[in-house]
Amino acid sequence: MSNVEGKLFIAPERFEFSAAPFHQFDLARRDFFKILGAGIAVFAIAKDALAAQETAPGHRSFHNEELPKDISAWLHVGEDGRITGFTGKAEIGQNIRTALAQTIADELRVPFESVRMVTADTALTPFDAGTFGSRTTPTITPQLRRVSAAARDLLIEAAAKEWNLAPAGLVAADAKVTDPASGRSLKYAELARGKTLTRNLPAEDPITPATQWTIAGKAIPKVDARAFVTGKHQYTTDLRPAGMLYGRVLRPPSFGATLTSCDDSAAKAMTGVVVVRDGDFVGVAAPSAHEAQTALDAIHAQWKEVPQISNKELFSYLKQNAAAKSEDRFRKQKGSVEEALANAAHRLDATYTVAYIAHAPLEPRAAVAQWADGKLTLWTGTQRPFANRDELADVFHLPESSVRVIVPDTGSAYGGKHTSDAAIEAARLARAAGRPVKVVWTREEEFTWAYFRPAGVIEVKSGIASDGALTAWEFHNYHSGMSGIETPYDVANQRTEYHQVPLILRSGSYRGLAATANHFARETHMDALANAVKMDPLEFRMKNLSNARMRAVLEAAGKSFGWPRKKTQEGQGFGIACGDEKGSYVATCAEIAVDKTSRAVRIVRLVEAFECGAIVNPDGLRNQVVGAMIQGLGGALFEAIEFENGRIKNPHFASYRLPRFRDVPEIEAVLLDRKDIPSAGAGETPIMAVAPAIGNAIFDATGVRLNNLPMVPNGLRSA
Amino acid sequence: MAKPIELEINGNRYPVNYPADTPLLYVLRDEFGLTGSKYGCGEGQCGACTVLIGGMPRRSCQIPVSAAAAKPITTIEGLEKDGGLNPVQQAFLDAGAFQCAYCTSGMIMSSVGLLQANPNPSQAEIVQFLQGNVCRCGTHPRVVEAVRQAAKMMQEHGR
Repeated sequence: MSNVEGKLFIAPERFEFSAAPFHQFDLARRDFFKILGAGIAVFAIAKDALAAQETAPGHRSFHNEELPKDISAWLHVGEDGRITGFTGKAEIGQNIRTALAQTIADELRVPFESVRMVTADTALTPFDAGTFGSRTTPTITPQLRRVSAAARDLLIEAAAKEWNLAPAGLVAADAKVTDPASGRSLKYAELARGKTLTRNLPAEDPITPATQWTIAGKAIPKVDARAFVTGKHQYTTDLRPAGMLYGRVLRPPSFGATLTSCDDSAAKAMTGVVVVRDGDFVGVAAPSAHEAQTALDAIHAQWKEVPQISNKELFSYLKQNAAAKSEDRFRKQKGSVEEALANAAHRLDATYTVAYIAHAPLEPRAAVAQWADGKLTLWTGTQRPFANRDELADVFHLPESSVRVIVPDTGSAYGGKHTSDAAIEAARLARAAGRPVKVVWTREEEFTWAYFRPAGVIEVKSGIASDGALTAWEFHNYHSGMSGIETPYDVANQRTEYHQVPLILRSGSYRGLAATANHFARETHMDALANAVKMDPLEFRMKNLSNARMRAVLEAAGKSFGWPRKKTQEGQGFGIACGDEKGSYVATCAEIAVDKTSRAVRIVRLVEAFECGAIVNPDGLRNQVVGAMIQGLGGALFEAIEFENGRIKNPHFASYRLPRFRDVPEIEAVLLDRKDIPSAGAGETPIMAVAPAIGNAIFDATGVRLNNLPMVPNGLRSA
Repeated sequence: MAKPIELEINGNRYPVNYPADTPLLYVLRDEFGLTGSKYGCGEGQCGACTVLIGGMPRRSCQIPVSAAAAKPITTIEGLEKDGGLNPVQQAFLDAGAFQCAYCTSGMIMSSVGLLQANPNPSQAEIVQFLQGNVCRCGTHPRVVEAVRQAAKMMQEHGR
């Protein structure tokens, strides 16, 4: 298990829809310069990939006219001095377009404004497994730094050649190379002019430490922000290539239903409407969204439905249908839990549950498909452009080289946009129509046919000594996953286990994966243990915690919050929780108020301390941290997917409650900048400790321990 | 097709040949390419499609095109004046009040509507007014701050 959950290694949970990387790249060197113009280019090649390339059958050899496969990043310095960085990662609101450009500008010693990023385009950018797991900052940032450093070396060498000097004494700064001895200098643009120089990244090239960053580390505003406040930015849903039709897909009445009969004659008779029936796929494309809807409504289909389980049986089902024996990688044990439990001064066992919740990205799943000469181009808001490309190639029996997936900066994803559903639908319709087709899922489709953050049951057994030292810890997660399953506390006797259960609803990645569920259970349980030995919850955590980074975030959050606080009014409560995942650390404090008559729970204040190593952009980071806190309070308090017999019962914003302005408390994010620690990702971890901090505050206010997420979908009425 | 409906959008009048019950949002986006107004739910529950109709913020996904004919329509694309941003746009820009920014057009249009009716709203009034606008990225505090700043800017410049 520790292998899989290694802190700096993406855990390819089944919920990540992990596909084996399929390395392929067809852009020839001359094409590269044709697209970008002459200049200087540097490519980062994954170290082990070079060896693999030489041995793997069918892989072409790497020679001058062809770019190598397995390139992880590259950079181009143009004749006009413009710098272009390339990454297969997608911009989905997490602000990587800005943060990565900062990184390049910083390392290459050029103004921020001269750098642009080309992202997530399978024809132009390096292969990338996907924008998930908080991997962009820890993996792509150092790679872009290394290619930038190598480009700097190349520019210095070019200047040295020009001046007939040794490169050693020359300095690269302010987008030019200077010879300090003579004072003369050449701009990067001048050095790049007329050249088509390439270099593969040297194995090791020193990069600038965070303490010496000048452009990285700064609160630079979002690139292209003006395009967003003027409505000019084109998301996938906004694209309208000439001749485009609007596509809609006929959905079954329930999950797993199969088509038994279909009368599409009325739809087919409509002017300009294309109807596609292919197995259970039924879809239409029409000149306007309105006509597409009319055509869809005119199709009369019969479906065979299958009975399936509902909300009310969910948690018993999860317990009863767990795999009899979990795989070794899902289990971890040390010491003797049984012995420690038998000898514990206090024992506490509890069961926690977590509901299915929806990502509900505001831009629904969408794609525009265009076929030309047997080749397929897709614009789609996905976190996994290359995996989408491969899926499309597979579905349409095409070579990968005939499919291009382009990801316009996307209206959020939160782990919800890994699959290529809308893309496949648009492509199928476009092939039949012979024209480009756009498919935009309705909100109801988004809530029904996407996938969910998996539900789960978590069982904890624990024991502590009379002085509050944790002695026994046993933790079982059924179904929701194993991210964040390991306890950060010092406990000699422990057992953790993840139990797989067959899927009930289609499930997948969600911001933080199961770390939110596992942290909710663990941090709620720790709070209950602190209460059992009558210790302050923060003091109790500190007593059992030696990890210095975790202690630091707890101290920082506690300090800003004013922990421990005295209650000044009735119904007031304070709670704290902490955690670490994917190389970053979080601690959250919550103040809540329970209304005396309505028993409604109101979050008054959230304070969160977060540490992810050296901060690349504090403004973007603050947005992500605050955003995760607000998203986290939805799942904590009221978000839940209700379902019955294969139907989602609340597939609308009116019935699926998510955080709105009135739900947002006073929020404070304390960002700890550790320039001595490599930057980790920050998109996910800040969500993890919100729910338990709130739950612990509710307990503090009321004495009621809430072990089920969401905790108070209807206020505290039943409690 | 019935006789064309005439719409006034961002100061210009256009005849529109759409069925009377077509939601205004689709006409704006698909006919005029004014894609700054977004589809978020089609149910009037998220505010991403907000435009001003006769100066009032309205969910364009819920307004039949025929009902939009009587009054001038302003979309996000019509807010800039002489190449300059509207103070609300400027305030959102200054506050970095967006992440994925898909909700931003609707947030801005709602806020412009609020400030036209109430030039100096309290924090509680801003929160109440924007309750129907969803930001799934959780950028709410910055949006509220942006609206406060915009109000200040507009008062200082007498706009």
